[in-house]
Amino acid sequence: MASDSKWSTSEMMAVRASQELRDDDVVFVGIGLPNLACNLARATHAPHLFMIYESGAVGAVPERLPVSIGDPALVTDSLSIVGQADIFQGFLQNGLIEVGFLGGAQIDRYGNINTTVIGDFENPTIRLPGSGGACEIAVHSKRLLVIMRMSPKSFVEACDFVTSPGTQFHSKRKSKGLGKTRSELGLPGGGPTTVITDLGVCQFIDDEMVLTEIYPGIEVEKVKVSCGWPLRISSKLKVVPAPGQAALSLLREKLDPQKLYL
Amino acid sequence: MAKNAKIRGDKLCSMKEAIAESLHDGESLVIDGFTHLICFAAGHEIIRQGIKGLTAIRLTPDLVYDQMIEAGSVKKLVFSWAGNPGVGSLHALRRRSQKDSKSRIELEEYSHFGMVARFLAGSAGLPFWTLNNYGGTNIGDVNPLIRKVQCPYTGKELATVPAIHPDVAIVHCQRADKQGNAQVWGLMGTQKEAAFASQRVIVVAEEIVETSLIRRDPNRTLIPSIIVDHVVHEPWGAHPSYVQGYYDRDNEFYVNWEQISKTPETYQNYLQDFVCGVKNRDEYRRKVGSDYWNRLVKKSRMCEGVDYGF
Repeated sequence: MASDSKWSTSEMMAVRASQELRDDDVVFVGIGLPNLACNLARATHAPHLFMIYESGAVGAVPERLPVSIGDPALVTDSLSIVGQADIFQGFLQNGLIEVGFLGGAQIDRYGNINTTVIGDFENPTIRLPGSGGACEIAVHSKRLLVIMRMSPKSFVEACDFVTSPGTQFHSKRKSKGLGKTRSELGLPGGGPTTVITDLGVCQFIDDEMVLTEIYPGIEVEKVKVSCGWPLRISSKLKVVPAPGQAALSLLREKLDPQKLYL
Repeated sequence: MAKNAKIRGDKLCSMKEAIAESLHDGESLVIDGFTHLICFAAGHEIIRQGIKGLTAIRLTPDLVYDQMIEAGSVKKLVFSWAGNPGVGSLHALRRRSQKDSKSRIELEEYSHFGMVARFLAGSAGLPFWTLNNYGGTNIGDVNPLIRKVQCPYTGKELATVPAIHPDVAIVHCQRADKQGNAQVWGLMGTQKEAAFASQRVIVVAEEIVETSLIRRDPNRTLIPSIIVDHVVHEPWGAHPSYVQGYYDRDNEFYVNWEQISKTPETYQNYLQDFVCGVKNRDEYRRKVGSDYWNRLVKKSRMCEGVDYGF
């Protein structure tokens, strides 16, 4: 049926994000769409995707989509279960994580991400959850994927607070290292490489976000007005192919039939 | 407690006794467990006893601390991620942490790794822990306890966090003996580090077993009796969190909590009915209803066990 092959933006984001994962990648899986994207990749082109969850599951193969990051289905049939001290030190700080996956409330052109507060830290308009493992994931992952919906409120000129570092340190809040690059700051990981949005995909070129792909039916102008800074557009802008029927069926029927994330 | 009593004594008591003897107004507390093994039974008893002015320490405050915040037990929160996972906000906390809030609680904020590192230092008998973290962020700017040290070997600058020594750690587990040798499988969070870092430890178990059973599988013992002060037998004590091999996470409860916790009125009604309105965990289970629990009972997945012979 024609309506079945129509895709939602969440489905497109999950499918496009899953394509960023390669077979045998060691990925630090976050909850929400990243979780769905990783499990989709494992069910399609990356059957050996090595999934690590911050809760302590290593080599997880969840038979149901985990609602939380510490779901019991992550434990059953895993390769190893370790304490969180091992997760953050032995796996993350020790450089074993190739791919990290984050979302956020605000992001700037350098990929600095805010998940702490909207407004002033001492007197916030909105109190957000905070870092969780996001800061260290952004510090240490060899490549960092970001999934966020685009709007002028979320893609901002400068973040109210930087929770997770991008390619260069910029923030509305005063700080010592402002303007410095990752290598000047001594950050071991590779930093953000790709931002998957609900309108298209950005890559970082010379440390700055550039729109390189756009979803079918989306106008470039729509992307521009959804971004809080003058977004650079690649001269080789590509249109992302619509998700295939196989991936859509997997997402809808097998991976997220309860529509937890879709 | 005398030394031999701490090692060999029978420490089994009720949750009411364990909390009353261990935790006092103004003290600091960690109820550990990451998604798994979060001891709601202890949180509810703390609320019932009206203990106030607590410094509540956890990576993820979760619903258990949010309920203690709404009940007025908490003065300060030390944490790294405050939300209802996959669902939304912790509303009692949110109502006390924004500029339009009538009253505010004190927040001391880290990332998960920073919290883990504080427990590691505390459990290792060291004054601080080093981590390669926080560069290029504002996290260290708003927390004066996050500092820097230069590596004496490489000259590299590293972040530091101080050891934490909570007055009380509460650790929920699958099974323990009466002395408090606690066996855990599945996700372990920072239970071990939190227990070793703390002054007093309460072990809460789904099952109390003979020491001979513990000795048959010593690799499974996460917490040894020598650091344990009280042992509580509390089946279903982690609900709506879960216990691997016993019962599933009550995801429906976590989803429905969003509506209950959104307004102070419905939140207070819940606490009145299910926390203050019951005497103990048994009554809670009856109040929730005998039909309720079946859907959460585990489907078994046994492992074969190993050979400890030599």
